[in-house]
Amino acid sequence: MSDLSLPGHLGPVHSPRRVVVRRSKSDRAFRGGVRASAVSALAILGLIGLFLVLKASPALHKAGWSFLTEQRWQPGINRFGVAALVCGTIVVATIAMLVAVPLAFGSAIYISEYAPARLRRLLIGAVDLMAAVPSVVYGLWGFFWLQPRMVGVSRWIAVHVGGAIPFLSVKDASTPSSFTSSAFIAGMVVGVMVVPTATSVMREVFSQAPVGEREGAIALGATTWGVVRRVVLPFGRSGVIAGTMLGFGRALGETISVYMIISPIYAMTTHPLQSGTNTIAALIASQYSEATGIGISALFAAGLVLFCFTLLVNSLAGIVVSRSRSGALTEI
Amino acid sequence: MTTAIVEAPAALVTEGVSAWFGAHLVLEDVSLSIPSGQVTSLIGPSGCGKSTYLRILNRMHELVPGAALAGRVLLDGQDIYDAHMRPADCRKRIGMVFQKANPFPAMSIYDNVVAGLDLTGRKVARSEKDAIVERSLRRAGLWDEVNKRLAAHGGALSGGQQQRLCIARALAVEPDVLLMDEPCSALDPTSTRRVEETIAEIAGEVTIVIVTHNMQQAARVSQQCAFFLAGEDQPGRVVESGATASLFDSPRDPRTADYVQGRFG
Repeated sequence: MSDLSLPGHLGPVHSPRRVVVRRSKSDRAFRGGVRASAVSALAILGLIGLFLVLKASPALHKAGWSFLTEQRWQPGINRFGVAALVCGTIVVATIAMLVAVPLAFGSAIYISEYAPARLRRLLIGAVDLMAAVPSVVYGLWGFFWLQPRMVGVSRWIAVHVGGAIPFLSVKDASTPSSFTSSAFIAGMVVGVMVVPTATSVMREVFSQAPVGEREGAIALGATTWGVVRRVVLPFGRSGVIAGTMLGFGRALGETISVYMIISPIYAMTTHPLQSGTNTIAALIASQYSEATGIGISALFAAGLVLFCFTLLVNSLAGIVVSRSRSGALTEI
Repeated sequence: MTTAIVEAPAALVTEGVSAWFGAHLVLEDVSLSIPSGQVTSLIGPSGCGKSTYLRILNRMHELVPGAALAGRVLLDGQDIYDAHMRPADCRKRIGMVFQKANPFPAMSIYDNVVAGLDLTGRKVARSEKDAIVERSLRRAGLWDEVNKRLAAHGGALSGGQQQRLCIARALAVEPDVLLMDEPCSALDPTSTRRVEETIAEIAGEVTIVIVTHNMQQAARVSQQCAFFLAGEDQPGRVVESGATASLFDSPRDPRTADYVQGRFG
């Protein structure tokens, strides 16, 4: 039997060898092309931020820190700030999430775990179509269909719960107009609008729950609910969080349907059931055509706040997904 | 309330079992009597339908979209496909260990073992749970390796340990039958030996049906054996079945002889 080892060696090793990978011309060209598109996405984002900062700086300069605390919006007399707008934006988006998250969670679980194959395809299509309906149509639907039907609900909550929980009360519960154009109604409409976003993210993650673990649970005698509880939800928790946050990000920026429903006020939205609120996006939509000079700059400053806000929420959602087991698709 | 006292673990009988995926017939007319308290191995080349047959025995086959079957599967004389039998109930009595170890990775070793109790809605006191965990891990030959770290994640174990954890998990619900689908195909020789020892230890208490590609393994662990074979564009059928020793030493069918002697497959 012969020995396979070779006589002698290269001497003691002091450092690792350098490994050079030479790429072909076509590979390099393609790399360059796709890298350019990837970088351009970042560049566009950066340029938008820069543009906002530049345009906003005169107003920010003038208003100083009061821009963050001032509730009024009267650029003509140098009284303008985003305090009320940020408050209204968060209130509307939060109400939207209260509507959207349970709906999205339920439909995502049903679609991925319970629905028979044909119904599943139909439902996925239907949810995707919901996302394709233009905002302005949701606005019309919200104003003319939903609002008249929700006034009664608002009144019931205000009368029966408002006594115990002050922020759910309204000033004059006897007149229906106390309840129209409120943050509650706008939030309901926005909630319906963000259902598809949240549903798709959640459903996608649920459906990626490993088949091996699913079968393991089933073989132990688990019901579908057992599989959901012990396999799908632990695996998909990050998807629920990410779907919620992406939906929240969308809700913060939703413009036209909110603008169509609310009646703008320039004070903190302390009573969401009561008529009147305002959001950053709705303010910009309503004012930009008439604003001049410092007014325009002030709108850019408000836009900058919204931009940073949504960027932050979406980044957090991204981090949650990438840190989770379900986000790392390579590891099953 | 009457309680049936079953002395020996249940026996499985299949009568005229055929299986389809869509319009494609993959398994035809398999009638086997699987004796209780013994190890029965199912051997045959890839694509002969032996795994499909195994998954029919605890109603996992029907989870695949488009899957269909014919025939009857009798557990202690009762058809598990009867309309009044719930799939989850039959799977409680007929456990399964898969080719790829599939512990619940986010759960501790302890919780993995008792997962079946929880999933089937059985409320068990903590002290009894502790006893079940120890007993199941001992039976699976894993206790000595993990008893100091029961709180560690199931996913942190080595491949062979994970597979034995899955065996412990299956045993914890006290099944009558344990189905094993190539449980060692992803394991190294040492882990394989440990799993085979485990099979030998639990064999008297549980009826075991094991699918394996490894003929030496079939010869080592099983008392009964069935050889499956599918001709070209033909569904899988049982060519020969009987005591493992006679099937390996004096096969009646030349195809069995060719296969067990390693001439094909």
